[in-house]
Amino acid sequence: MARIIVNVMLKPEILDPQGAAVAAALPRLGFAGLTSVRQGKRFEIEFEGPVTAEKIAEIEKAAELLLANLVIENFTVRVDE
Amino acid sequence: MIIGVVTFPGSLDDRDAARAVRMAGAEAVSLWHNDHSLKNIDGVILPGGFSYGDYLRCGAIARFAPIMQEVAARAQGGMPLLGICNGFQVLCESHLLPGVLTRNSDLHFLCRDQELIIENNSTQWTSEYSVGQHITIPLKNGEGSYQCDDDTLAMLENEGRVLARYVGENPNGSRNSIAGITNERGNIVGLMPHPEHAVEELTGPTTDGLGFFTSVLKSLIAL
Repeated sequence: MARIIVNVMLKPEILDPQGAAVAAALPRLGFAGLTSVRQGKRFEIEFEGPVTAEKIAEIEKAAELLLANLVIENFTVRVDE
Repeated sequence: MIIGVVTFPGSLDDRDAARAVRMAGAEAVSLWHNDHSLKNIDGVILPGGFSYGDYLRCGAIARFAPIMQEVAARAQGGMPLLGICNGFQVLCESHLLPGVLTRNSDLHFLCRDQELIIENNSTQWTSEYSVGQHITIPLKNGEGSYQCDDDTLAMLENEGRVLARYVGENPNGSRNSIAGITNERGNIVGLMPHPEHAVEELTGPTTDGLGFFTSVLKSLIAL
């Protein structure tokens, strides 16, 4: 089964209150020296057949249309080897 | 005059919205997310709630519901369209309004009576208010922080498209304390607080919200 990974992250300039809450909790658990946490989303998309340039382009289109909101988020697409 | 209220799976405030429409003197009809036709409807309200469980992002799935294709097409042609809370999120995800609603800056779900100042009364949904008028209606959401880039913010401000702002402390981190915005034409309006919960004294903090519904009725009669 072929698999493509889409990672969606908030743009750097967008406030991430969830990441900030995680960053505030970690030192309380003894994880010191962490300067920042940003929280994102990972999509694992599986399909039949080979990974082609067309397939990757199709997934990129899906990411633009639905998986990410480009007003506040960026995304990357990669093939899971 | 007939106002349609869309019910998505997970909508909560559709009945209150329909009731507010009736109290304003218009007829309210229910629209199902899977419908394809708006029939003889004069205006549409997208109500509050948690459409599709807020999965992925608030409003992101509802945007692609069959009914939304017709709603978007008609609204771009001038039909009045009001998105309240989750409805506002759907309008932003649909790119019918600019920007996006994100998690409240303090991460808390807020539920309280909120004072607003009306800043634009030239839209189809706010003509019954005066500019500078203070109203108090319920605010209840977890993702009500209005965000957009600097250019969009400047455009909204310069064109007078900020409809209402929070008064006092900014409750959720919204840029410029924005509570609601309109499109350029003034027929598509998104509002985070809930006017439909403030239409009668028995159940609401005030009756300040009724003006949104009487405004659209008046604008439709005037056409």
